[in-house]
Amino acid sequence: MTNGWCDIANTDVVLVMGGNPAENHPVGFRFVMDAKRKRKAKLICVDPRFNRTAAVSDSYVPLRAGTDIAFLGGLIHHAISNDLCHMDYVRAHTNAPFLLREDFSFSEGHFSGWDEEKKSYDKASWQYDLDGSGYAKVDPTLENPLSVFQSMKRHYSRYTPEKVAEICGCTAADFKKAAAVICSTGKAGKVGTILYALGWTHHSHSVQLIHTAAMLQLLLGNIGLPGGGVNAQRGHANIQGSTDMGAWNMLPGYLRVPRVQWPTFDSYLKATTPKPLRPNSMNYWGNTPKFATSLLKSYYGPAAKAENGFGYDWLPKLGETENQSWGYFFDRMHRKEMHGFISFGMNPVANGPNTEKMLESLANLEWLVVVENFETETAAFWNAKKLGDKYYPNFVDPKQIQTEVILLPAACFAEKDGSFVNSSRWLQWKKAAVPPPGLAKPDHEIMARIFLAVRALYEKEGGKGEESLMAMQWNYAQPLTPSLEEVAREVNGRDVATGAQMPGFAALKDDGSTSCGNWIYSGSWTEAGNQMARRGQEDPTGLGLFPNYAWSWPANRRILYNRASNDADGKPWSENHASIRWNGSRWTGDTPDTKADSDPHEYGAFIMLPEGVAKFYTNELVEGPFPEHYEPMESPVKNALHPNASSNPCAPVMTSSADSMGTPDKYPYVAITYRLTEHFHYWTKHITSGSELQSNFFVELPEALAKEKGIKGGDLVRVSSARGKVEGPAMVTQRMRPLTVSGRTVYHVGIPIHWGYVGRVRGPLVNNLTPSVFDPNSGTPEYKGFLVNVEKL
Amino acid sequence: MPATTVAKLIDTSLCIGCKACEVACQEWNDQEFTLGVFNNTYQTQPDLTANFWNLIKFNEHVDDGVNSWLMAKYQCMHCADAGCLKACPAPGAIVQLPNGIIDFNQDNCIGCGYCITGCPFDVPRLSPVSKKVYKCSLCSDRVAAGMTPACIRTCPTNCLTFGSRTDLVQLANVRTAELKDDGFKDAGLYDGPGVGGTNVIYVLKHASEPEKYGLPKDPRIPWTVSLWKGPLKWVANAAFLGTAVGALLHYLKFGPKETHDDEVH
Repeated sequence: MTNGWCDIANTDVVLVMGGNPAENHPVGFRFVMDAKRKRKAKLICVDPRFNRTAAVSDSYVPLRAGTDIAFLGGLIHHAISNDLCHMDYVRAHTNAPFLLREDFSFSEGHFSGWDEEKKSYDKASWQYDLDGSGYAKVDPTLENPLSVFQSMKRHYSRYTPEKVAEICGCTAADFKKAAAVICSTGKAGKVGTILYALGWTHHSHSVQLIHTAAMLQLLLGNIGLPGGGVNAQRGHANIQGSTDMGAWNMLPGYLRVPRVQWPTFDSYLKATTPKPLRPNSMNYWGNTPKFATSLLKSYYGPAAKAENGFGYDWLPKLGETENQSWGYFFDRMHRKEMHGFISFGMNPVANGPNTEKMLESLANLEWLVVVENFETETAAFWNAKKLGDKYYPNFVDPKQIQTEVILLPAACFAEKDGSFVNSSRWLQWKKAAVPPPGLAKPDHEIMARIFLAVRALYEKEGGKGEESLMAMQWNYAQPLTPSLEEVAREVNGRDVATGAQMPGFAALKDDGSTSCGNWIYSGSWTEAGNQMARRGQEDPTGLGLFPNYAWSWPANRRILYNRASNDADGKPWSENHASIRWNGSRWTGDTPDTKADSDPHEYGAFIMLPEGVAKFYTNELVEGPFPEHYEPMESPVKNALHPNASSNPCAPVMTSSADSMGTPDKYPYVAITYRLTEHFHYWTKHITSGSELQSNFFVELPEALAKEKGIKGGDLVRVSSARGKVEGPAMVTQRMRPLTVSGRTVYHVGIPIHWGYVGRVRGPLVNNLTPSVFDPNSGTPEYKGFLVNVEKL
Repeated sequence: MPATTVAKLIDTSLCIGCKACEVACQEWNDQEFTLGVFNNTYQTQPDLTANFWNLIKFNEHVDDGVNSWLMAKYQCMHCADAGCLKACPAPGAIVQLPNGIIDFNQDNCIGCGYCITGCPFDVPRLSPVSKKVYKCSLCSDRVAAGMTPACIRTCPTNCLTFGSRTDLVQLANVRTAELKDDGFKDAGLYDGPGVGGTNVIYVLKHASEPEKYGLPKDPRIPWTVSLWKGPLKWVANAAFLGTAVGALLHYLKFGPKETHDDEVH
């Protein structure tokens, strides 16, 4: 979240789209209800289903799954064409005045630089028009036709209310009604927030979708203000923490993963440290060398020296364009290019797209280690033919499977100390409530034991990557069972010479004198102690920032980009919506998102970006600098804007023997998948209350479709896609309306996740149906908006 | 000094149907695990059972093309003039505590089921196993210890509030005014004047149509029960002593119960 849960209570308008917080975040949803009650805030819910959030909303607009960019693009057009933008904000804090190159263009669904053969873009024409010193040229009047503002205006002029209605399936009247409320926040004194979750990320164009939301909020001047922002509601208790600590494409703290084209530390730093694009840009990522060097010092300790690039050479390097997100590595597994797999706190058979492909892939492994609280579908994959009932008739017999499966019992969250990072970016320290049962061990102990055992083997026998493994620092007091306090202190960072805890990332150095496991967490465990364990409930600003409760990254800042809650001169846009204030010599209030004593005119408000301002236009994403509506990879209709570039031209579609795509003649209905409030992902089917409250798998069907097919509530139905099928009772409902899309009726079919072939309550896995297609930027599968057929059994 | 009458306020305009109250109720009361029963809605069970005392009803409507999904918690209403208590022939099986809570003591329950007949809200449930009748106790045990009832303690949206009945009626009136101000002209209280007032009070956006929430329109104790404990009390007593009224008992138990249009589809 740019803001935080408590902050939602400060808003005037809540747009919930691509999420269902009443369903999936009922505790945090209290702040939406607070805003409604105490501020008379309006809640608008846009979703294919009239869901639990819609039930308490002030207005509900249905839309077809996967058409959110069209809807948001329509809002951008509505704001610009009706003069509802917060133009002073746009001029002061965005790249709207930046000039683009003359060779940048967009036509028939493609931006300039498209290479049909490579299915990718040459981004040269997407750069800004730079002056002699490497700065972007600007036109403060925004009148220049090459300015970002004018280009954006042109780009979204196609997204009229009628076009939105044609694509999304809502009525133009409903769209305009919602647009009027949402765009009422485009002025000083009114602020709106956007809440989203996996309903936005589960698309083949998900990153661009969230980009569109950010653009809308910038146009309305809603970023950086209390009650504003673009707020992702994370789906697991510590998923924010796991993102922060790195993944296949990011080192901790969102540092880029080394690639072969950067063979030395110098070349890595040169490539990943941005240069300022405007004279007043603080360009805080200019400190990348300090963060990266300190990270390497924390990995390799004394072995990391200036002369060996602080151990950079020991880090594995990805190929130039290599993608190791899970869609790709499961594809490699399916092609028998992988030998082993450790599945740590993950259940890919249940939650990966195209279950049968997941099963076939795992059967190609020599070994599989599953670290879990329960025996999951992944741990029991070898028996899927029997346990999975009728769903996997072609899967191999257990006797034929050569994969050695090892299930290691892991402690659950309540059985270990440590920190949770919530959606608000708060690191909250917790204590174990009870010891783990039986032989179960905390994850980090399992990790430590594996690491030390592997290292002992290497000492005897040697092997690939030996130098790196041996050089790694492992100086915990109890090497087999490091305390999580010790790890947390290490992550915060310390002065290498004195051992003193770092006060924050501003003190990190690029000369090897400091170490830090994740620069954005620096400040979480200082010499003053564990800041994450704080529980102070003081609220000095009255805005619900609670600066002494837990610790928020970065620098205990509660609202990101808060400098933008003030105008260029440092004056709040409105007295009620400023989390920081300039007192003539310092910024006071929330931790300022700028240098605390910098004059308002010294730096642009967006210090992390080379532009110094927020971006409507970006050349960082693969499929274009402006978001464009593309249909889901399986869609009932052709793109109404450009039928010849219907879906995201850059989205990867896997082509293994287990992959296939359906067409609307055979699979005419649009399917969406989701969680229910009664459940937690695929876990609660193992416990009593989670199983009790919504025990039965079901399929939600629109009443009109059910009538067409002669299906009554409770009748057994089969839902099938080009990949597989699920069967269960139909829940016939009026909450899913038939939509009119490009002149024809489109029905949604809703299928909740939770069940599977192990656990206390069982039912089919929804991912039997889903396709292996992904967002090209994030690698997230398209779980929403794929095609199915429905039959009565 | 008389004990303060306690109450539970259910502000349905703030309910998101998360069922946290159902879990809290099941856990506090140590109920056995039972599988949910599918009935074409999001409800956990089609109805209350002897070991499921607190159920959110999910009521779906479409009026003039506008959807509504009205979620309303359904449990004992703790009536001032309690039909169950009136109907109960077993001394001490049903008691009205000084704070207004209607509590069932299963040790004294004879399983006759008259309380079921007497309840205008159709709440008590006979256990097929123990042959005793069960329902929500408003966590009388917790309340006696100065704690808030489990369902209220766990509610994440402030839909549920616990307190003195007087305070809660006031709060309910404030909420009603707020809702009217928000455009819900039909907003109002639902607190069963026909049964002397209930200690479970609802705020409804559509107060003139409580049946949309699955609540009876004008709850009253069945006349048969009123007679039984009213003018005909001596007959009843004599009958009970003389065991000569099997037919009447049967009539009371299975006879024409007041029905309400609370089955909303």
